[in-house]
Amino acid sequence: MQMPEPNGAILAKKARIVDRLQAVLPAGAVIHDEAETRAYECDALTAYRCPPLAAVLPSTTQEVSDVLRICHEEGVSVVPRGSGTSLAGGALPTADSVILGVARMNAVLETDYDNRYIRVQTGRTNLSVTGAVEADDFFYAPDPSSQLACAIAGNIAMNSGGAHCLKYGVTTNNLLGVTLVQMDGTVVELGGAYMDAGGIDLLGVVCGSEGQLGVVTEATLRILRKPEGALPVLIGYDSNEVAGACVSDIIKAGVLPVAIEFMDAPCIRATEDFAKAGYPDCEALLIIEVEGAPCEIEEQLAKIKEIALRHNPVELREARDADEAARIWLGRKSAFGAMGNINDYMCLDGTIPVTELPYVLRRIGEMSKEYGLEVANVFHAGDGNMHPLILFNANAPGQLELCEAFGADILKLCVEVGGCLTGEHGVGIEKRDLMSHQYTPADLEAQMAVKDVFDPKWLLNPAKVFPLGASDGHRAAALAAE
Amino acid sequence: MAEAVAGATGPLAVRGGGTRGLLAEGAVLETGGLSGITLYEPGALTLVAQAGTPVAQIEAALEAEGQMLAFEPMDHRGVLGSVGEPTIGGVVAANVSGPRRVAPSGACRDCLLGVRFVDGLGQVIKNGGRVMKNVTGYDLVKLQAGAYGTLGVLTEVSLRVAPKPEASVTLVLEGLSLGDAVAAMSRGLTSPYQVTGAAHFGERTLLRIEGFEGSVRYRAGQLSAMFDGARIEEDAAGLWAQVRDVSGFAGHDAVWRISTVPGRALEMVQGLDVDVMLDWGGGLIWVAARGDVAGLHGTLQQRAARLGGHATLVKTPDPALPRFQPEPAPVARLTQGIRAKFDPRGILNLGIMG
Ligand SMILES: Cc1cc2nc3c(=O)[nH]c(=O)nc-3n(C[C@H](O)[C@H](O)[C@H](O)COP(=O)(O)OP(=O)(O)OC[C@H]3O[C@@H](n4cnc5c(N)ncnc54)[C@H](O)[C@@H]3O)c2cc1C
Repeated sequence: MQMPEPNGAILAKKARIVDRLQAVLPAGAVIHDEAETRAYECDALTAYRCPPLAAVLPSTTQEVSDVLRICHEEGVSVVPRGSGTSLAGGALPTADSVILGVARMNAVLETDYDNRYIRVQTGRTNLSVTGAVEADDFFYAPDPSSQLACAIAGNIAMNSGGAHCLKYGVTTNNLLGVTLVQMDGTVVELGGAYMDAGGIDLLGVVCGSEGQLGVVTEATLRILRKPEGALPVLIGYDSNEVAGACVSDIIKAGVLPVAIEFMDAPCIRATEDFAKAGYPDCEALLIIEVEGAPCEIEEQLAKIKEIALRHNPVELREARDADEAARIWLGRKSAFGAMGNINDYMCLDGTIPVTELPYVLRRIGEMSKEYGLEVANVFHAGDGNMHPLILFNANAPGQLELCEAFGADILKLCVEVGGCLTGEHGVGIEKRDLMSHQYTPADLEAQMAVKDVFDPKWLLNPAKVFPLGASDGHRAAALAAE
Repeated sequence: MAEAVAGATGPLAVRGGGTRGLLAEGAVLETGGLSGITLYEPGALTLVAQAGTPVAQIEAALEAEGQMLAFEPMDHRGVLGSVGEPTIGGVVAANVSGPRRVAPSGACRDCLLGVRFVDGLGQVIKNGGRVMKNVTGYDLVKLQAGAYGTLGVLTEVSLRVAPKPEASVTLVLEGLSLGDAVAAMSRGLTSPYQVTGAAHFGERTLLRIEGFEGSVRYRAGQLSAMFDGARIEEDAAGLWAQVRDVSGFAGHDAVWRISTVPGRALEMVQGLDVDVMLDWGGGLIWVAARGDVAGLHGTLQQRAARLGGHATLVKTPDPALPRFQPEPAPVARLTQGIRAKFDPRGILNLGIMG
């Protein structure tokens, strides 16, 4: 992965930059010792590492603004960071950048049930937002599998999704307002606690902008009343095609499950060995969860079963109680762990039209043979968001590169059939150089124009999202304006 | 379309169906030539259409498959007294979202999966696509929803559609004051019974429940038990159309659309000589008045700024009044910056958003 050369002039004035940052932050909030900055050298895409110049951990919006103003004056790049769980290298530093971590900003600022919102500092973890309202039977809907660790900050930057998004939408559909600090230190309020932000939808473009438009310090999130209950059903098929057709029929029939999860044979076998969830040995498994009161669950499950039976499943297993429900989810929830147990893996997240599922799964199978690398598929089938896990051995020379080439081919396939490179993990550095497969130069220019407006010096989260060749002109113009 | 924009020598006024009373200054650029559904996959809940496609044509195609546009776009013709055929491009450009906004992903912007547009220089640009989940690059799709054509002329939009509910019933509460109505709607919306519409007009407060037959019966029963004197209306489609289209205010000279926190609805209109209808559980306030409204306009925009939210003049007796709420300086700078990038010559739909 090509990254720009570190700016020698910035490296040379490290001491001065650190001094200025220390002057506006409390003791202990500036990390500059080389051994300690290593803690920030990567996110969950661990194949790429680079310790930053320094890392800062501000506690207030004002401190964030001070830090950014100083970095702006000094021409120093800033990489915003939440919990560092990005799978796309979104929080990967450069040697000449300052990491701005919001982990210390984790307070709940306001909870309003009548008006159905919560306002939090963005360093708060996803799960602890629900944790703050759960005792009163409310929840925050977007639920990435990393929800125990990941922060709302990263969720907003990546527009993260989760298993329940089929019914409740992703982050952007549940975000009402943010406090954003621009690179020059200007603090802007976008949206609020009301249901549509006024003017052109700047909030909408900030969500999913991967930390390149500003640092989000506070967020107003929509909270919902918890459903009365939920139950999953497990359905096994002897082919991916049939399972795919079943998904499509369920959606068409007007049933809106909260989740439709899909696992293919390699994934079923690996998780079975690992978690012993008692899954049937078949080609494709669906786990479908519905919500409501017992009578409502029964009604929806009856419709799902009727459709599922039409496709001749090899197994259809219902959960009669919480225990059985947990067993059905057990394998799915340990899928990533199971994969990690047998091998190194790379997790992709291209999205395809649901109708293309069978074709794409077949093609991935063929490519897997061509590349000689195994793939396991486990994903959110209801919305076509695939998660092919390519297994490889990181210690064997050349395997990472082979794996990346295979991954790129899968993502190109997703684009070819009418889908996209990433459904919820973001572009980061990982998919940066594939962007031109999905977008024309003019498409990319239009996106970069937004960055020109929010961050004219191009200092925020450098070298991500846009191919370096495409952003060259913008970065050069920014430097020239200095 | 790209050529028409590239070759323009002065301001352009983009015109879809012309039903929303928002024609800008300049040469009229019609989108009507760009018409037709390009792709409809009921099994994937997606529909792609050219921007000039009549909404009615899209709704008919969806109806044939038992599906719908979940965001229930308002038809402005009644309240504005306009004529013409609303187009899907106009709906998207104005982010027109109806009563179902209170349900998850219920706004037009939430259902918009992709756009193709021509920017102010005549370049064709695509963003998003036709899949439900897409975080590839910046979300210009959201930026276009509600930009009223100031950031480009939409040529194609891709939408997430929804199955039509098997059943729908509405709980009706009579005679509540505005404050009590907001409180009642809030109770409904914070119940586990998945209310998909919460409105108040005339003497009536409405709570809508949709879904499968059995589930709707169950939830309607539970919800009624929460309120004294609740009545269940089996066929309330007409009432919801009135809410959606604000048709009750057809006879007024001025109509505002105010977005705010539901709990602030009462303060927003207290002491004013106006007629009021609430949607979105009170989060959307429709205010109507007659006669000279310049003073009232100022008051409403000031209150919205103070209480949180914004007031837009949807129907105006005086074209000189600025329709949109002025933005705070740092936000306005960003907005102007974005407009200057997408429309460097400053020719697209001038005067609509200021
Ligand atoms: C095991 C595992 C499972 C996962 N499952 C899912 C899943 O189901 N769904 C899903 O969508 N993702 C998933 N992810 C990916 C990841 O958890 C999400 O992208 C998450 O939102 C990242 O949050 P974070 O706080 O860790 O952000 P970080 O990794 O710290 O940063 C992510 C991006 O956000 C930017 N950023 C951070 N803070 C700010 C801020 N304050 N202002 C502006 N920008 C900022 C960063 O610069 C970076 O670009 C998973 C990851 C792992 C490791």
